[in-house]
Amino acid sequence: MSTLPFDQFETAYEHLAKAIDDAGPDKERLFLAKLALALAHQLASVEQFDAAVAMALDDLPGDARPGHSAAVIGVP
Amino acid sequence: MRPAGKGPLESLYFHYPHFDAPTAAEVAERGAHAPVAIVGAGPVGMTAALTLARYGVRSILLDRKDTFNDGSRATCVSRSSMQILQQIGAVAPFVRHALGWRFGRSYFRDHQIYRLEMPHSDHEKYLPMYNLQQQYIEQYLWEAVAACDLIDARWQSEVTGIAPAKDGVSLSIASPSGAYDLGCDYVLAADGARSAVRSMLGLRLQGDNYEGRYVIADVQMKHDFPTERRAFFEPAGNPGGTVLMHKQPNDIWRIDYQLREGESEAEAIEEANIRSRVGAILDGIDHEGPWELEWWSIYNANTLCLDEYKHGRVFFIGDSAHIVPIFGVRGLNNGLADAHNIGWKLGLVLGGEADARLLDSYSPERRGATLDVFENASKSTRFMTPPTRGWKLVREAALSLAISHEFPRGLANPRQMQPYTYATSPLTVTVGEAAFAAGPVAGSAAPNVRLSDDTYLLDAARGGFVGVMFCDGPLGEAEHDLLASLRARDERFASVVIEECSGAATRIYGAIPGTFYLLRPDLHIAGRWRRFDAKQVIAALGAGLGDTP
Repeated sequence: MSTLPFDQFETAYEHLAKAIDDAGPDKERLFLAKLALALAHQLASVEQFDAAVAMALDDLPGDARPGHSAAVIGVP
Repeated sequence: MRPAGKGPLESLYFHYPHFDAPTAAEVAERGAHAPVAIVGAGPVGMTAALTLARYGVRSILLDRKDTFNDGSRATCVSRSSMQILQQIGAVAPFVRHALGWRFGRSYFRDHQIYRLEMPHSDHEKYLPMYNLQQQYIEQYLWEAVAACDLIDARWQSEVTGIAPAKDGVSLSIASPSGAYDLGCDYVLAADGARSAVRSMLGLRLQGDNYEGRYVIADVQMKHDFPTERRAFFEPAGNPGGTVLMHKQPNDIWRIDYQLREGESEAEAIEEANIRSRVGAILDGIDHEGPWELEWWSIYNANTLCLDEYKHGRVFFIGDSAHIVPIFGVRGLNNGLADAHNIGWKLGLVLGGEADARLLDSYSPERRGATLDVFENASKSTRFMTPPTRGWKLVREAALSLAISHEFPRGLANPRQMQPYTYATSPLTVTVGEAAFAAGPVAGSAAPNVRLSDDTYLLDAARGGFVGVMFCDGPLGEAEHDLLASLRARDERFASVVIEECSGAATRIYGAIPGTFYLLRPDLHIAGRWRRFDAKQVIAALGAGLGDTP
């Protein structure tokens, strides 16, 4: 699967920040869900979408599932 | 600011000198005119004075204070600045005392999410970055200034008026020994972010203010961690804010922490609050030993600059011309580049070796560098201090993804200062560019190379232009003629002949036998030719001396 070059990924990051502000706090959840569906529609397979969903579910705050890196601060 | 009970300059480790103003008799004896008056004896003003002295130009260096700036402040000195310090003969104490580094780490909560590695090789003489408290930077520059007969330094001497005069500028000076007027051909305003010269000329900085406010604090402690840049996003010790940590000499650690939204600045800088926040941050990095609070200050991120850095015979250098966010260490380092840029140009013009038109290139070159800094600094500042809900949310998402995935980690890159490429400067000649597939482009800072005799390529510079000639065997007549013509035009011209065309210099410079690079006095590339054309090279040197094309 081809991925976006980093500089374009960074531009997407910036556009997303501005779009969240444009949607406004009341509608940001709806906007983000619509965005995810619009992106899903552009993918070639549902497996790609499921991989992205799994990635986004990883490491949510308070997530104590095993198998995640946990570097300890203060150790070089 | 310092802890209660301490004097304003009572440091745990540094003795701030006291400088008297020159007496009225000394002022009379030293005279009331110099080719250049420099307002502000901080790192930028002193670097300008030392650069001018290298060209034999006298200057009067004025400062309203009676000692150095207080606190670690700028602290990070880049490789390009070390090269400038070498050129002005002041680099030795920096190498001896500063802590060099090239790595960094960024953390999100308790996860390391980014490893910074700044480019470095055996061919570099200096590391990418050095940490040294600003008062030492000023002390070491001051030692060079004090030893220089061409610099007339006057402390406690405040500029209270500035007016154009015939072929020059007139300055009014107030000092404890009385008020007097000075005349000069040119003024360099190195008087900092709150520049009095700028106000007196009715000029204003333009640009953006960012929301993020940081407290910067120096603490003394024995703490075992290498000299690296550490950035902590959402650490347990400063929830809701970012923390930066740098090791400095003398067991001094610099801690920059972001204030939370809605936090009052007045309360934030109270000693008790500084102590509790610093204590929590140190707990967060598992520091167990004692620590002492040395100094603190507060800082706002801005990208502000003047529309034009040259106003008649007044040039703005350093913070008087531009204020940039601290993330990426561009304030001091760009200020030193400003000082060196105007220094060599003014040095050659006042020495009668270059046309005064050369001075017109200062503002476009250095303002171009500022705008480039703004572009990079805006990106790093938005990541360090997200300004709105949208920026906060995408940063949190990116950091969360970065815990287990590589792809967003580059967003945490602090984009440390790189020298600017003068691609569109009138001094940059691009006629030879198309023939090259590799090597540094015209306008960029020339890379260093360790040569076979263990010297470095850039050590050849003597204040003038430098020619780097690549050949296969001894020089022919055409090569000798070219070097002689360049030497005839620039008495400080230096040449480096690279005879081993299989070596590192050839690879780094993308050269073949016959390739020629012309470097400016600040070691940026004026032009390059894959196979040199003597007429074009000589014309490029002329352009660098202010000839009209």
